[in-house]
Amino acid sequence: MLGSGIINGLAVTAKNFLGSYHDPKRLVTVEYPEQRTVLPEAYRNFPFLISENADDPLGTLRCVSCLTCEKECPPQCIVIVRSKDKKPDASGKPQFYPAVFNIDTSVCMGCQICVEVCPFDSIKMDKVFEVTATDRFTGLLLTRDQLAKPNSYYHQIHPVEAAEVDARLAADRKAAEEKARAAAAAKAAAAAAKATAPSNSADAPVASAPKVSATTV
Amino acid sequence: MTVALIFIAVLMLGSAATAMVLRNLIHSALLLIASWAGVAAFYLWAGAEFVAFAQVLVYVGAISMVVLFAVLLTRQNLDDRQPAEPASRARALAAVLIGASVAGVITATVLSTSFKPSAAEAPNATVKQIGLDLMESHGATLLIVGVILTVALLGATVIAATDKKSDPEDAQ
Amino acid sequence: MSALPPAGSFLERAPLELRDAVVQVLPVPVQWLAHHLITIVAVLAVFGLFFAFTTIAERKLLARLQNRRGPNRTGLPRFSILPWHLKHTLFGLSQPFADAVKALTKEDIVPAAADKLLHFLAPVVVVAFSLMTFAVLPFGRFLIPVDIDAALLYFFAAGSATELAIFMAGWSSRNKYSLLAAMRALAQLISYELPLILSVVPIVLITGTLSTQTIVVAQGNWSFGLLPHWFVFTPWGFAGFIIFLISALAESNRSPFDLPEAESELIAGHLTEYSGFKYALFFMAEYFGLTALSGLGVTLFLGGWQAPCAFLEFIPSYLWFMLKLIGMIVFFIWVRGTLLRLRIDQLTRLSWQFLVPLALINVGNAAFWSLTSGWSGPLQLVRWGVSLAVIVIPFIAMGRTLTAGFAPRTYRYAP
Repeated sequence: MLGSGIINGLAVTAKNFLGSYHDPKRLVTVEYPEQRTVLPEAYRNFPFLISENADDPLGTLRCVSCLTCEKECPPQCIVIVRSKDKKPDASGKPQFYPAVFNIDTSVCMGCQICVEVCPFDSIKMDKVFEVTATDRFTGLLLTRDQLAKPNSYYHQIHPVEAAEVDARLAADRKAAEEKARAAAAAKAAAAAAKATAPSNSADAPVASAPKVSATTV
Repeated sequence: MTVALIFIAVLMLGSAATAMVLRNLIHSALLLIASWAGVAAFYLWAGAEFVAFAQVLVYVGAISMVVLFAVLLTRQNLDDRQPAEPASRARALAAVLIGASVAGVITATVLSTSFKPSAAEAPNATVKQIGLDLMESHGATLLIVGVILTVALLGATVIAATDKKSDPEDAQ
Repeated sequence: MSALPPAGSFLERAPLELRDAVVQVLPVPVQWLAHHLITIVAVLAVFGLFFAFTTIAERKLLARLQNRRGPNRTGLPRFSILPWHLKHTLFGLSQPFADAVKALTKEDIVPAAADKLLHFLAPVVVVAFSLMTFAVLPFGRFLIPVDIDAALLYFFAAGSATELAIFMAGWSSRNKYSLLAAMRALAQLISYELPLILSVVPIVLITGTLSTQTIVVAQGNWSFGLLPHWFVFTPWGFAGFIIFLISALAESNRSPFDLPEAESELIAGHLTEYSGFKYALFFMAEYFGLTALSGLGVTLFLGGWQAPCAFLEFIPSYLWFMLKLIGMIVFFIWVRGTLLRLRIDQLTRLSWQFLVPLALINVGNAAFWSLTSGWSGPLQLVRWGVSLAVIVIPFIAMGRTLTAGFAPRTYRYAP
């Protein structure tokens, strides 16, 4: 009958009205800024740099200033100046470090290409979006000390991703260690074989203890 | 009371006269509508409420729409000013003479008539009385006017509905 | 006729006594002017505030109908007269005043080629005629600003003069699309004037008068002290009320008939070139028109200032009028939040092919009712039965023809 659809519609909206008062599932408003919606894990805004040690953020940056992200960034918002000297990184190997690392977050488009091309897992995407600046040009230009955040922060904002990255890095390190140990053992065996061959009246061959490198985490 | 009448007369006649003078057609139409509203004000001054409201409802509410629709749907460009020169000087002279003679005749008639207040009572103009008069003494007139309006409405519908074939996607 | 015990009661007469007290203080030559000025100012103040709270009520009510909250944090201004800055949000009730300040301080942009005089006059004319319609509504037993004999005719005359202002708005903007939209708005308004007036004709037929106060008084009795004799509780009155509701929605350009002012239709229709306070005036005129039509609906169909039961008469009559008016406005807001917008051809078809024939049949129905008012006893049942049949059968029949030729809608991707 004509009008039955209208009556049904009125009943639906009446149910909405009454339900919005006592049924919390119906009222979907999130009253910002007192309440905030939970951001998904993969949400991203602009990048930040990871440092291994929270006590020394600028000294333990993972970034070795290979300049790959600066070259790959589409709007070219990253500016890096490589240092002149080298510092040991987490696995003890001396590496360059960035003396200047600036990202203009007003230009950054959040495409995550810098994260994808970084070979050292040193730059990741941050989730901060409540930023305001009073200065149009330098207000949103983030420098090295503003960008350096500890690995624990990375675990906080992207737990699944951070766990995966850490597991991969630890596995890589262990594989490198195993390889080094196997190489050293092979070298020691070769040295021992060379030592035992010429001397037949020598004493027990001196076994050289393999070098164990201490890894600091 | 006279002050009110003079005010209403100035409004009515002034807007009608300005409507004749202005070049812009829509402005003239709107001033004509203002003069009809002045007529309604005059009816109110004279105590004929029903006629006044009917005047507003019919003229300002409906006939003004007809006038404006007709003007808009038949003009090419609306803000061109209509030329003000007459066709020839002879026509202008003839218009002035005829206008002056009409004005003269009316003025002479008005001045020579003596407007005595009549001894008759003003008729009872309540809505109920008007309705009873219309239905009883003027019933035939009312029916004839109704028939004319119905014929006009049917004719307008027929004229508007003749080219149905030209729009095949018109539903039903 | 209704029983008159509360007629002289203090609360009923309080506004009149107040006005007379103020008028007595003034010198005699200006007393008549003061009398009418106080009435006008009181009506403007009450309905101005009513308009302000209608806007916030509409926003909050629409929000709740759509599962969200409305504006709820407007609160008090920083530089209030209080010595400390109160941080309470007032639940958003001061939103209309914030909106008023915004409308007043916005830049008033007038197109360079626009007709300046008409562009300025259009909002003024529309608000003036919308306000003039309030003069004949009986707000209380003794509270009617002007009691004229042909009150209904005055109401419709003033209402139809607002259409002229819409044309002026559309034309003076010198915008082709504004003009087109103004023409469409005019077509809608003219189409729905006929059902509006025809739905009221049965009331005039039954009561024999055009005066609103007399119509309210004629609805005064109660059956068994409980069931009011409002016209909406009669078959012809119910049909007339439904037709009146639909036509009132269309006359005030309100959803589902808000094609003239929808954002996706030619920007804002005839209001495209209006900004700031002029736009606020058009907005105000639309709400005043809605309130006036609701007030007329309450007066004609819902018993005006009459109480619904005999023992509830101690509540003053103007409060009953306000309650019923608020009820009707809430219903209109509810309908706005529920129904989809109609296209221009759909709404003109609804008016001319559905509402006008039904309204004409309703007039015949009311004539039958009036002629059979002498029937009593079991004949009363026959009377009600015939009256109901005369409404329901044409409704169903015409409802079928209205949707004829259109298959039921099927949606390929929606569940």
